[in-house]
Amino acid sequence: MKALILVGGFGTRLRPLTLTLPKPLVEFGNKRMILHQIEALAAAGVTDIVLAVNYRPEIMEKYLREYEEQFGINITISIEHEPLGTAGPLKLAEEVLSKDNTPFFVLNSDVTCEYPFKELAAFHKAHGDEGTIVVTKVEEPSKYGVIVHKPNHPTRIDRFVEKPVQFVGNRINAGIYILNTSVLKRIELRPTSIEQETFPDMVKDGQLHSFDLDGFWMDVGQPKDFLTGTCLYLSSLTKKASKDLTPASTSFVHGGNVLIDPSAKIGKNCRIGPNVTIGPDVVVGDGVRLQRCVLLSGSKVKDHAWVKSTIVGWNSIVGKWARLENVTVLGDDVTIGDEIYVNGGSILPHKTIKVNVDVPAIIM
Amino acid sequence: MSLQIPHREKANGNTGATKAVILVGGSSRGTRFRPLSLDVPKPLFDVAGHPIIWHALTAISKVPSIQEVDLIGYYEEGVFRDFIKDASSEFPNLSIKYLREYQALGTAGGLYHFRDAILKGRPERIFVLNSDVCCSFPLNEMLKLSQEKDAEAVILGTRVTEDAASNFGCIVSDAHTRRVLHYVEKPESHISNLINCGVYLFSTDAIFPSIRSAIKRRTDRPSRLVSYPSSDNLESSFMIDDDDESTRNEVIRLEQDILSDMADNKQFFVYETKDFWRQIKTAGSAIPANALYLQKAMQSGSDELAKPSENIIPPVFIHPSARVDPTAKLGPNVSIGPRVTVGPGARIKESIVLEDAEVKHDSCILYSIIGWGSRVGCWARVEGSPMPMTTHSTTMIKNGVKVQAVTILGKECTVGDEIHVQNCICLPFKELKRNVVNEVIM
Repeated sequence: MKALILVGGFGTRLRPLTLTLPKPLVEFGNKRMILHQIEALAAAGVTDIVLAVNYRPEIMEKYLREYEEQFGINITISIEHEPLGTAGPLKLAEEVLSKDNTPFFVLNSDVTCEYPFKELAAFHKAHGDEGTIVVTKVEEPSKYGVIVHKPNHPTRIDRFVEKPVQFVGNRINAGIYILNTSVLKRIELRPTSIEQETFPDMVKDGQLHSFDLDGFWMDVGQPKDFLTGTCLYLSSLTKKASKDLTPASTSFVHGGNVLIDPSAKIGKNCRIGPNVTIGPDVVVGDGVRLQRCVLLSGSKVKDHAWVKSTIVGWNSIVGKWARLENVTVLGDDVTIGDEIYVNGGSILPHKTIKVNVDVPAIIM
Repeated sequence: MSLQIPHREKANGNTGATKAVILVGGSSRGTRFRPLSLDVPKPLFDVAGHPIIWHALTAISKVPSIQEVDLIGYYEEGVFRDFIKDASSEFPNLSIKYLREYQALGTAGGLYHFRDAILKGRPERIFVLNSDVCCSFPLNEMLKLSQEKDAEAVILGTRVTEDAASNFGCIVSDAHTRRVLHYVEKPESHISNLINCGVYLFSTDAIFPSIRSAIKRRTDRPSRLVSYPSSDNLESSFMIDDDDESTRNEVIRLEQDILSDMADNKQFFVYETKDFWRQIKTAGSAIPANALYLQKAMQSGSDELAKPSENIIPPVFIHPSARVDPTAKLGPNVSIGPRVTVGPGARIKESIVLEDAEVKHDSCILYSIIGWGSRVGCWARVEGSPMPMTTHSTTMIKNGVKVQAVTILGKECTVGDEIHVQNCICLPFKELKRNVVNEVIM
């Protein structure tokens, strides 16, 4: 089987992190985002993966070669010279996607969930039509495009209602599809939207079904959602009793959902959790309080600091008694001085912060 | 009335006897020192480990010709009893008395009311110190100038920035002779940036007749009182908070009623200090005062201060009965009161922690005053804002909003674990369970 991952642009919404690394290489739950997807696809029997990007991701190639070898798969980078939307890239990669008659997966690289590729493929095969959209249930369907099924059919899609003002259902497109190669005939090589053009076209012919997603789902394209998504991911690890998590019985773990790379060092008298990810080679000092935060590799949080709802970028340093909160994001190699308070600061790489950031601000 | 006392040389020197008067005000005053003055009279509030007026007494005790100090104010009798007891044993060469006004008489009115007590022992000169002043009190220098010039009055002056000057009494002086030519209390326009520090040395021959003639003018022409300074100006005046009181006939104030008159016709000189000077007006101004007195103690090699170390950035005062964990980092400019406990890994900077307060582990206290018996939870952060050393204000503009520079917790307040309190004033007995910023918590 084959898959196409829609990576798109630079991932500007996830700046300042994506000023340093392309979004697919940013670690989510101590694993690069793209690796979560490649791993799950390979496990479902996918042998060819196309990454649809619209910039030259030199740094990515190194990692992709590594993953090709690791999983015994082929990874192709398909570069759009002008952005082709969400459907155009499929046409551009037609050669790979139609190399055999098996269906192919399509996924948005921003989406994280417990990828149900095997079940999805089985379901798709069973209904026999051209395409299947993974859907997730949301609490506030009025903010999304909602899927409405045909009367008397549990999965065949009748229509899409964009931002419904009246309740018509609560299933929304989760950004993961499985499509037959025949769908490629419906797409022209031009900037075009799969949601607005290809799918309505398939719906007209009764060729599109929905598949309900179990468990969590999150678009982690921006820092706030990246943190929320991390919480959901860690909760799912807890639910699966993953051995990667630091046991809740550990003295410094508070409230569980704590993922710590074995190479990280934790000081004395810390209180860590819930929902904390600590990357490789991170150093956490004494008396540090961490909750709902991500410390990326090589970062350092000094003694007595207090960090909440914050992403600490690679190699950044958080000073003693510093306090970071409210979706603060430190880019690569940022230094927060001792005793400094940062409230919702987005700090660009290589900056040193010596005065409080009292209200949310971007520090250039 | 015999105010013309015969000149008499002291037997043991060529300086006549000198007395000191500290004007301490009363409980209806000092409202701007709330919430701290709700629990302790402002003159007895501890900065750098000692009550505000203790610092003045220390300076007074270094003037050899002073044996007697009178505290004049209208607090209840018992308020200063313990302080006077302690101070009398600490300064055995000083006889300290509290003279209570039964109604507020004004700074000059109080002096005049107690003239007999003050003149007892026939002092040649009296120092008059406002208690809400924080400075090095260069009293011997003022005395020297007074003798050199055979002055009837010497005022302590300091230079401030032009925009700050109009909040104070402004002095125009002759640069050479140092004679005061003109004095205006809180002028509307710029007159001078040399301002009144609230510390005076008067010849007894001059001051009481001056007050008496002011009283006489008052009785003759009471209407003059109506044209009083605007309430804006009163806001920043020494000791004075209630304007209705000041319009009563009995109230005679040194600043408004006496000094400008003296500039006209007396031997009135100014001693300009280059040392630190601050007014202790609002509660927040205790923080710069604390810092300045601690720095003074450090520079004079005081053995009261905590020894500098990796975790003690001088100057820091720690009361002997306080328990500070060795992993806590303190300073600079920190005073820790009696029986305070500071937990492991706490950080305290530019702050005053008062008696019986508890600061838990890994908390952080910056530019704040922690009230008596208050508790700061673990990983809590209580913070004010750093202020330029040259400012004479305790509010500042932050992100376009006027805020309290110093965070103040009144008596027995509690800050929950991990809570952040920023630029707030918290009245006594409140519990803070949520983060607060730029608020006054009733």
